[in-house]
Amino acid sequence: MAETPLQVAQPHSNSPEPPSVAEVLLDAAKINILKVQEYSKLSFRSLANLATSPRYMQDVLAQMDDIGVGSLPIVLLSGFFIGAVMVLQTGAQFERFGQSSLTGDVVSIALVRELGPSITGLLVAGRCASGIASELGSMQVTEQVDAMRAMGTDPSRKLVSPRVLATLITLPLLTTISVFVGLVGGMVASVFSLRLDATTFWERAIAILQFSDIMQGFSKTIVFGFILATVGCYQGLNVRGGTQGVGRATTQAVVVSSVLIIIADTFLTKIALFLADKVF
Amino acid sequence: MMESPSRFALTPEKSSEAAIQFSNVCMGFAEGEILCGLSFSAQPQETLVLLGETGSGKTLTLKLAAGLLRPDSGTVEVLGELVSRMSERELLVLRRKFGFVFQEGALFDSLTVGENVAYRLREDHLDEEEIEPRVRQVLEFVELGHTLNQLPSELSGGMRRRVSIARALVDRPPIMLYDSPTAGLDPITSQTIITLILRLRDVYGVTALLATHRLQDGFALANFHFDPATRRVRRNSARERPGAAVTRFLVLRDGRIYFQGSPEEFLAANDSYLQRFLI
Repeated sequence: MAETPLQVAQPHSNSPEPPSVAEVLLDAAKINILKVQEYSKLSFRSLANLATSPRYMQDVLAQMDDIGVGSLPIVLLSGFFIGAVMVLQTGAQFERFGQSSLTGDVVSIALVRELGPSITGLLVAGRCASGIASELGSMQVTEQVDAMRAMGTDPSRKLVSPRVLATLITLPLLTTISVFVGLVGGMVASVFSLRLDATTFWERAIAILQFSDIMQGFSKTIVFGFILATVGCYQGLNVRGGTQGVGRATTQAVVVSSVLIIIADTFLTKIALFLADKVF
Repeated sequence: MMESPSRFALTPEKSSEAAIQFSNVCMGFAEGEILCGLSFSAQPQETLVLLGETGSGKTLTLKLAAGLLRPDSGTVEVLGELVSRMSERELLVLRRKFGFVFQEGALFDSLTVGENVAYRLREDHLDEEEIEPRVRQVLEFVELGHTLNQLPSELSGGMRRRVSIARALVDRPPIMLYDSPTAGLDPITSQTIITLILRLRDVYGVTALLATHRLQDGFALANFHFDPATRRVRRNSARERPGAAVTRFLVLRDGRIYFQGSPEEFLAANDSYLQRFLI
């Protein structure tokens, strides 16, 4: 009988030893450490690029329009209703003790310190980290990023730094708008649901705020903005596997940036509370 | 029409060294080694046609030449610079002397044709008054002057490839790298692309690496030349053969050089593997 490749092949005799569990875990750890290293390098470079020319300010403005103005509708809507629902939830409890006038205090602190930055961060992460990842991912799989490098342009300068800077500028602004609209929503709810005076609500909401509260919220938005922009860029520029890979990167960008924002929020809150005690 | 020589045109008199030099280059990925011990050189104004099956490492060779990838071992030298040892920052400067035509064009899909072609000039902060005529000129060169304001998605595959060539040559680089410029195109459009490459070679005197799996592209470059006086493509005569003098074939197989030589040597080689390219 003639020898065919199928007859000659003996998979059992020549097949390599399957890797042990320890080897698999070690490989997985190495891959993840490498990813963290690559992400850290990209993040550092995105900031370092801003210190030297060329800077793509036109691209920064375009990204500010896309990230900032584009996110405005969802931030306005969600901010308004979060403020309103906060009043409805807390007002009912305060009414039991006849202290419904304190609602403005609680809603204000909660929005400025916590809900404003984190909800805005998560919403913008959902909208923009995915958008950044899919845009850069599509460019990566169609060799547009390589074409850029081949023409002497550094993709980290042209694609990453403008997105990071635009997010760092727009997210605090979006959060400020979200907090303001949230307070308006809270005021409307308190007037119609708790029968509170609008002026009283507003005066208490403003009077309770201290400088440390505003700083806490502001510093969080900077960190959240940095996280969502760099994670989106990293996932996009590291797409493998064509259009399926772009879809995977988009999902990963939202999941990773959201989780990192929540984790960072915990630590930032702890640090901010500590600094509020010691410094402010 | 642009009929002036390339901005960085290399002449054999000016440069005694090879324009592109690969020395014992090896490169692999997780799946295995793709290139192993690759050594060749391309002289100034020479066109080196890289032939090989799909996956033989043609695109990889071009990307190594442009410094888009680094070899695992060996050295890549381009225009006297050791590309394989340069930092990314240094490479970004050097790459402005390359024109790279990607297989699928790799045009920026959110920019118009005119903006794609003008990209490099705008990066160099040239005046808009200077950019516009140069963009029009180079688009006329590839016979796509009417597509200035169209998006790449509105063009056919062949037109996108020609825009890609226009974008690559707008800064008149001395080295052109073509990655399968005729792949997936009909014979007539392929002929148009090859004519453009001929014009670039014979008008500007560029050094070129052309990766392809179509032998007819290589022979077209070897047997024809563009006559700037009559502005027509002519078959090389027996006495005057400028095309054949500067076109060489390099066949890659299993990550190594299987054949390297002139078109005549290719035809004369009595080798069963090379014969398969002729069928």
